[in-house]
Amino acid sequence: MSVAPAQQRAGDAAPLVTVRAPRGGRTAVGLLRGTGAAGIASAIVIAIATVVAVIGSLIAPFSPTLPNLAVAFVGPTGSHLLGFDAEGRDVLSRLLAGATTSMLGPLAVVVGSLLAGTLLAVIAAWRRGLVDAVIGSGLDILFAFPGILLAVLAAAVFGAGLPAASISLAIAYMPYVARVLRGAALKERSQPYVAALEVQGASATTICLRHIVPNIMPLIVAQATILFGYAMVDLAAISFIGLGVQPPAPNWGVMISENQVGIPQGYPLPALAAGGCIVAVVIAFNVLGERLFEQAQARP
Amino acid sequence: MRLAFVARRLAMLVASLLVASFVIFGALYLAPGNPVAALSGGRSLPPSSLHVLEARYHLNQPFLAQYWYWLENAVHGNLGISIVLKENVSTLIGSRIWTTAGLVLYASLIILVLGIGMGIVAGLKPGLLDTSALVTSAISAAIPSFVAAIALIALFAVKLRWFPALGNGTDFLSNVRHLTLPAFALALSSLAIVARVTRSAIREEADREHVQTAVSRGIPRRQLVRRHILRNAAIPITTVSGITIASLIAVAAVVETAFSLNGLGAYLVTSAQDKDLAVVQGISLVLVTAFVVINLAVDLAYAVLDPRVALGSRAA
Repeated sequence: MSVAPAQQRAGDAAPLVTVRAPRGGRTAVGLLRGTGAAGIASAIVIAIATVVAVIGSLIAPFSPTLPNLAVAFVGPTGSHLLGFDAEGRDVLSRLLAGATTSMLGPLAVVVGSLLAGTLLAVIAAWRRGLVDAVIGSGLDILFAFPGILLAVLAAAVFGAGLPAASISLAIAYMPYVARVLRGAALKERSQPYVAALEVQGASATTICLRHIVPNIMPLIVAQATILFGYAMVDLAAISFIGLGVQPPAPNWGVMISENQVGIPQGYPLPALAAGGCIVAVVIAFNVLGERLFEQAQARP
Repeated sequence: MRLAFVARRLAMLVASLLVASFVIFGALYLAPGNPVAALSGGRSLPPSSLHVLEARYHLNQPFLAQYWYWLENAVHGNLGISIVLKENVSTLIGSRIWTTAGLVLYASLIILVLGIGMGIVAGLKPGLLDTSALVTSAISAAIPSFVAAIALIALFAVKLRWFPALGNGTDFLSNVRHLTLPAFALALSSLAIVARVTRSAIREEADREHVQTAVSRGIPRRQLVRRHILRNAAIPITTVSGITIASLIAVAAVVETAFSLNGLGAYLVTSAQDKDLAVVQGISLVLVTAFVVINLAVDLAYAVLDPRVALGSRAA
């Protein structure tokens, strides 16, 4: 420790009891290394999906939205690796361009529910007593709304679209986040270093933001990863039933619903390709999230 | 089970339902569009008829009063009139509720029988079977219901022609046939989750000291599994089964849409698209009620299995 010599030199100025706050969350690389081969493989899948989400429409070889009914449901050919969809658009291009909304929606849900959930969890753990009880019962009541139902309700009021669906899911997921993080924050709250910081006159905001939140960060990251998978499934479902991303905009959930007509005609490839993309990304988030969760729970 | 625990949970149920109904009514109250215009079908009415309409539907009253009238009517089974179909919302719900109930019940049975069954087998027999069950369930858990739906239709309805692809049946047997693929699509990911939790609960209990003691006392394996392992493992299994089954109620809307079933969920979705607000309110209310009632049943079952819950102490 680099601070040790300085403290020794200071001699009698050193505080009577030195309680060192444990270092906050380990580095991202360290966290990832602990998840093993399956975790790293999942992280690679997620990294690829993220890159495609950012540059997908740039690397798409053909237009993802320009229809050409003459080639509707024509199978794979040389330059069209996955063939054409119900309206004769290149399936691969549509998958690549569709990654953007398919990944951006879940990201918004995760960020929203984690910010609100962490805030409520830390406030409840810090104030305890009545505040904790009020927040707790408020969240219990929110449990009465399944995410998809809330999104359908929001679509009826504000109109179909990704923003309304994402906000509804963020609200519906918040109680789950807050419940898990509250437990961890409570445990952290009762650590001696928190009492020591309080005695030294550190403000509640400082202790929470600089010490408690960084120390529960591994759990927050694990929650974020698991929720991303759930959010992707739910948002794709909402787009599939026509209340999320609106066609002709490319999106994996939309692609399944618009190519469903091909299935009775014996041509399920476009719908299954979009389904495959969702499943691959969700598996990656589930596996990585589970590993990160185990790791976070195993921490002393 | 303690009476106070049941009373507290019932009070929470009522509170949840009140808040949920308030949110459902409030959200749609805020929705853009004039209710009088919806009632008149867009025609302009003379002021005298406007006043009659406003008075009849309490539209001239403050928000809270309107909520109260709506809730009072809803409790008596009067959920208003559909703008699109011009019929009583409760009649429309009544004719579709059994498709949804049948679908959710069928899927729940699949989850309970196959999920818990596979979990127990994998948990009691470590080895190749267990490993393959783990991998299969990890993949199945990530398959969304509507992806499962199109894959099942492509394979079992179009290719093998074992089951019909879309729509409802006419009698009980044909309904079962029509609901089989939807029920499996709805059950798949929950089934995988229940199987995984069951497996790890069984594995955990089998390693516990009291089971080791029972083994050393020479208790027969059947009895060991039933009395010492399953009894304790039942607690997490009940919780996860209950939570996943309750969540089917919302996901049913997606599956009904995928299979063109004439159920509540699919009707909710089309009503949301058509902005048929009375129907959206009515179905949301029915689904939320079913959701919280199932959650209550799970909590009570949990308290029967684990008396520590009802006594207020935290489960160790």
